[in-house]
Amino acid sequence: MERTTIDLWVGVFVALGLAAIFGLALKVGNLTSSNIGETYTVTAAFENIGGLKPHAPVKSAGVVIGRVDGIVFDSKDYEAKVTIKLDKRYEFPKDTFANIYTAGLLGEQYIGLEAGGEETVLKNGDKISHTQDAVVLEKMISQFLYNKASDTKSSETTKAAE
Amino acid sequence: MQKIMSDNIVEIDNLSFGYKGRLLHKGINMVFPRGKVVAIMGGSGSGKTTLLRLIGGQLKPNVGEVRVDGDVVHKQSIDGLYNLRHKMGMLFQFGALFTDLSVYENVAFPIREHTDLPESMVRDFVMLKLNAVGLRGAHNLMPTELSGGMARRVALARAVALDPQIIMYDEPFAGLDPISMGVVCNLIRSLNDALGATSIVVTHDVHETFSFVDYVYFVSDGVVVAEGTPDQLRNSDKPFVHQFVHGEADGPVPFHYPAADYKREMLRGHDV
Amino acid sequence: MFKGLQCVFTGLGHRVIEGVWRIGAGARLFSYIGFYLFESFKRPRLIVREIFATGVLSLLIILVSAFFVGMVLGLQGYNTLQKYGSSEAIGVLVALSLVRELGPVVTALLFAGRAGTAITAEIGLMKATEQLSAMEMMAVSPVARVIAPRFWAGVISMPILAALFSMVGVLGGYFVAVPIIGVDSGAFWSQMQASVDFRDDIVNGVIKSVVFGVVCTMIALFEGYDAPPTAEGVSRATTRTVVNSSLAVLGLDFILTAFMIGA
Repeated sequence: MERTTIDLWVGVFVALGLAAIFGLALKVGNLTSSNIGETYTVTAAFENIGGLKPHAPVKSAGVVIGRVDGIVFDSKDYEAKVTIKLDKRYEFPKDTFANIYTAGLLGEQYIGLEAGGEETVLKNGDKISHTQDAVVLEKMISQFLYNKASDTKSSETTKAAE
Repeated sequence: MQKIMSDNIVEIDNLSFGYKGRLLHKGINMVFPRGKVVAIMGGSGSGKTTLLRLIGGQLKPNVGEVRVDGDVVHKQSIDGLYNLRHKMGMLFQFGALFTDLSVYENVAFPIREHTDLPESMVRDFVMLKLNAVGLRGAHNLMPTELSGGMARRVALARAVALDPQIIMYDEPFAGLDPISMGVVCNLIRSLNDALGATSIVVTHDVHETFSFVDYVYFVSDGVVVAEGTPDQLRNSDKPFVHQFVHGEADGPVPFHYPAADYKREMLRGHDV
Repeated sequence: MFKGLQCVFTGLGHRVIEGVWRIGAGARLFSYIGFYLFESFKRPRLIVREIFATGVLSLLIILVSAFFVGMVLGLQGYNTLQKYGSSEAIGVLVALSLVRELGPVVTALLFAGRAGTAITAEIGLMKATEQLSAMEMMAVSPVARVIAPRFWAGVISMPILAALFSMVGVLGGYFVAVPIIGVDSGAFWSQMQASVDFRDDIVNGVIKSVVFGVVCTMIALFEGYDAPPTAEGVSRATTRTVVNSSLAVLGLDFILTAFMIGA
């Protein structure tokens, strides 16, 4: 075959390959959402993060505004220290509330931010002090059963009193 | 090592070579004087082709040595060996043309690999060599489109592309019709004389070979059994040479492969 | 009885010696290729030619297979997922299985069958027709001129083919899920994007395909280079290329996956 034809085909082949890798990265993968342009980092401490993982989304009002960057265990306070990268375009007050939610009953866990009312905003390196832990299913169930048990017990005692 | 510029470009000294304990060559001595065409003849399987590979350094001898232009072949490093091979051209039995390249590119191959000549000069060289073998008009063909004789001639043009001092031919006549044979004979002689090279022809075609070579070695059973000019050998009364030159079926080289007694073998199973 | 046992052990020993010898010869060939690394990149033309032969010519089979694999994944995934009422997760299922496993592995298996056999047969025949010897006698190293360019072409082609496989497979899954089954297009892509991680899934898939590229091409080259110069020898070498490449790919896939998930 002609030399130029081979060159042309190989060029097309390599270009297609690069396009496929880009396509995978942008369309299939989360490269678009994890690279939200410029970011700033804040931290938050939780007593229990449940199943939260790095790269989990950070949402406010349901919109993804950042990602979990890293999770480490702080052996001083026996807490989980979560680093969060937030989009520079969005500012949050200092007293913002960070919750760990679950998408659906058994879905992925994410951090939800609820804005507070203070004037000063969070800056790079700040710490979110108001946090709420992940809901742990086992805890919830055992609490439910405990409550149920105590309910029946109290109703029995009232019955006995009557 | 001191290099002695001798009259012989290739010298084979007490060479023994074999695979897996079976010796193919048992102490061979040969010399190839500069400017001559020398034939190595012998029956099929007598290790003639292997001798060429030993000269080219593709195999290492067990005992003895091969010297090319004063250098011991098997003691060379890879680079030294490749430098030595620049002095050699080899025509393989069936040409060994690169089937994915055209005739032109086949002949251009060694030139492109070893020089940085501009394309116009490469073209001049290639056409010159193809013209010498009479195939300038075929430069656009692919090797699969060539007849056996033409492929052999293209391979010859490729072997001499860089004007080697030694040209080796491995069975150059095998499978050729009489006309092509004559053409190849003339080419070997004329190229040798035109280039001032030394040619080593491995073959078993007695009559074709005797017509143009200067000297002949007969190899049988791992040793040189006879040597001399074609005229000397034609008149030789050694039984082997006589049998070989005149193509007799039986003689010192038996027709039968060594076997048990025929009668006894036939009777096996019948014996009571 | 004793004779039979002896035969078994002799056969076993012979195979072991043969195997060790082949591993050694393969390693030697591999080191030669490394030795000629710069030499082969000095002449990119040779590599481009081989990329055409191994990569471009494998394109059709790869793309068609990918589309069908993607469609089958879509159908099967939907069938299972709808029982749990989460048929939107079909995108995730298709994308993850393709990017992590099927893309690199199926591409490597098809590559071994399409390009690997071609490489083995070509080199085996070049050897049988003394073309490699002729090259050596012209003071040109066959490893530098014939083997190394094919090696790099294979190593470059494989990740490209695997990426194309994954991409086209995802499109095949989309084709089944969205227009045919009627899953919401937005849910298909967004769920996929939320779960497929660039570093953990896509980059790991590419790493796998590079490793498979090295292994498959190396096996194909070695079998060709090592083939006895006869018609039977070349045909057996071609068969061995497919068998050994497939086994190596599947075995290595397990090891690589274990490392990637463990890490």
